[in-house]
Amino acid sequence: MILGAGASAIAFHGCKTEGGEPAVPETAVTTDTNYFGRTPKELERIEKLNAEELFNAHEMETIAVLSTVILPPKEPHGGPLEANVPEFIEFIGKDIPDMQNTLLGGLMWLDHKSNTDNGIEFKGATLEQQKQILDQICNQDLEVPLDNQPLEIQFFALMRNLVVTGYYTSKVGLADLGYKGNSPNVWDGVPDDVLKKHGVAYDPEWIAKCVDQSKRNDIAEWDEKGNLLT
Amino acid sequence: MQIKENPEEYDVIIVGSGAGGGMATKQLADAGLKVAVVEAGPFFDPADPKTMTQLKNPYDSPRRGAGTTRAFGEWDMSYGDWSVDGEPYTVEAGTSFKWWRSRMLGGRTNHWGRISLRFGPKDFKGKTRDGHGEDWPIGYDDVKPYYDKVDKLIGVFGTNEGLENDPDGFFLPPPKPRLHELFYIKGAKKSGIPVIPGRLSMLTKRINNERGVCFYCGQCSRSCSVYADFSAGSCLIFPAQKSGGQVKLYVNAMVREVTTNAEGKATGVSYINKEDRKEYKLKAKVVVLAASACSSARILLNSKSKQHPNGLGNSSDLVGKYLHDSTGSSGMAFVPDLMDRDVSYNEDGVGGMHVYSPWWGDNKSLDFPRGYHIEVWGGMGQPNYGFGFDQDSFNKLVGQPTGGYGDKLRDDVKRYYGAIIGFGGRGEGLAVKENYCEIDPTTVDDYGIPVLKFNYKWSDIEVRQAKHMQDTFEEISHNMGGIYLKKPGKDKDYGLHAPGEIIHEVGTTRMGNDPKTSVTNKFNQLHDVDNVFIVDAGPFVSQADKNCTWTILALSWRASDYIIEQLKQQNI
Repeated sequence: MILGAGASAIAFHGCKTEGGEPAVPETAVTTDTNYFGRTPKELERIEKLNAEELFNAHEMETIAVLSTVILPPKEPHGGPLEANVPEFIEFIGKDIPDMQNTLLGGLMWLDHKSNTDNGIEFKGATLEQQKQILDQICNQDLEVPLDNQPLEIQFFALMRNLVVTGYYTSKVGLADLGYKGNSPNVWDGVPDDVLKKHGVAYDPEWIAKCVDQSKRNDIAEWDEKGNLLT
Repeated sequence: MQIKENPEEYDVIIVGSGAGGGMATKQLADAGLKVAVVEAGPFFDPADPKTMTQLKNPYDSPRRGAGTTRAFGEWDMSYGDWSVDGEPYTVEAGTSFKWWRSRMLGGRTNHWGRISLRFGPKDFKGKTRDGHGEDWPIGYDDVKPYYDKVDKLIGVFGTNEGLENDPDGFFLPPPKPRLHELFYIKGAKKSGIPVIPGRLSMLTKRINNERGVCFYCGQCSRSCSVYADFSAGSCLIFPAQKSGGQVKLYVNAMVREVTTNAEGKATGVSYINKEDRKEYKLKAKVVVLAASACSSARILLNSKSKQHPNGLGNSSDLVGKYLHDSTGSSGMAFVPDLMDRDVSYNEDGVGGMHVYSPWWGDNKSLDFPRGYHIEVWGGMGQPNYGFGFDQDSFNKLVGQPTGGYGDKLRDDVKRYYGAIIGFGGRGEGLAVKENYCEIDPTTVDDYGIPVLKFNYKWSDIEVRQAKHMQDTFEEISHNMGGIYLKKPGKDKDYGLHAPGEIIHEVGTTRMGNDPKTSVTNKFNQLHDVDNVFIVDAGPFVSQADKNCTWTILALSWRASDYIIEQLKQQNI
């Protein structure tokens, strides 16, 4: 395989067989983080969006402050800033232009409200002042479509979604969630204590039909009736 | 413009490289024939690190997996979705159709769900069964030997259950159910709905030394880099090349028409090279169309000549007719007993359901013919764009305060993670002549080729089936102690997906014994032109409530055997 410059490689090996011989062929997964699987056209779009500016420096700072109030950092996995949430929000706003008006308008509303109430822009207000403002817009009416509610309500609902999604799709957020997936493994069923916790059990008859993971590298053979022999 | 003609003559030209084209390539090349495969998209190998999306993290992308440029999300391995740049299609007013196309070697098999179900004996004899539609000219016994061979060549996990219309096969052992699937089993059984291990084409066990074994990342929609799932490029076309077959790949080559001679026989194809935008011709003794049901119909309808004024193989005027997709209606439940999950283990599993419900109903007591199966999803999946949206609606369901922000958000996200179970009902829609695609003479694609116009409406029969699906999902949800979410009512046709949305479109060149009422014979050969074959889902007479790929593979293999035999006997 030819790797591009700066490529990283993760190699892992299949289960060793009973005799201790390595499984054949060695399974190797190589990824190229420069491309993350984009086509040249998709990469062009990303480069184009990266070159554009949606938020000015003040707006980016406001987003950083706001996102931290929405989801305060917590040890050991940090918060929105460690998760690059402001950068994510700027990119997604350019990527999905439908949300631009709500984002830009909402940021203006925040400063206007903060200036009116406290004589200071939102980002410079005290945490208590910031919360007083957010407390007025953080409860949407779940019986009314969001689009039919005031702009500031829509703005907060959108920001909260983007902050939470941005955090939990980041390295630190995934660690906070405890997500163990997206890595090669051998699935052999739900752990016993988890089954007990949720009050369910495996049916022995069902399990008897399932894959015996110690034989996963033995090449499948069947009798003429379709019974697996290996 | 002078059309450039390649002087080389192939034994067979295969148009399209998905399930049907891939299988034909493997069988015909293995038999020693000289094969040209013509694919409208670029070369693609799931093992290429440059194009690979498998095992990417959401944070590898600035949009965190959002579906802005790929409709099923950023990591989905399909180049092309409901729309393809420069290749429009049109839809008759008052009707609807959505058409998914993947422009790449291997086509849609690179991202599909790998649900690999054989049709049963009843599925080939619909008219005999209930008077609707037409019987196939072949039966289960004709196809069974090929299903058996496909199972062994490609690999599919499942279990022999001895069910009449969900036949046994040569299965690899299935993976154990995940937690949410145990809940589903409990809920379904309470209503007397059967649940059996899923049947999907992923290698839970080694089948040869060329392909890897599943490592349970749950990402088959990203096309497996160790070839542990079935994709037509990695499992059929590359092996055909590696075993010394004479396989020439023409990629980024958009076929315009099948060319014919004065006797009306096919002589090859003409295609547009997307890179230099020039038209080229290839010659062959036999042309095999496997461009997908609708694309193959389009090529036939665009292949007009003095001998075939109505389009190739279209003396019956049925090319494009009887287009039908699976019915589909979906739903989900919030299950409080699945809250507060233990996240200490990886439960990605295979990229699809470890369990499912095959059709169980007795139509005598129902208000619709045929049936559907239920697909199940859920679990602690990889967070991507959209994860954690709308926490308020969960809080509302469990009677907690909505709104707000702060540390509470973290707790909420963790409480609800993995507490959703989803259902997909996928059933049989009826094949009727009134649902069809045709050439839209007013519109061409960027290559100057006239495009398809769709004309498709569901009938009350499919709507009633969707209602049954919704009622069933709700009942199972309640049995699990769950809350069924957003049940669609009559005003929304019970959530019945638009035609095409299940991406099982078939029937546009249906097979039969009578050339007046069918396009191909029982060997997928055009009645009108004996050296043209269709090996995608076009020749399907009816869909069954089974996903179509396993039957495409079996019939393509069967047609390939027939082609080899006919060439040997010099009949074509």
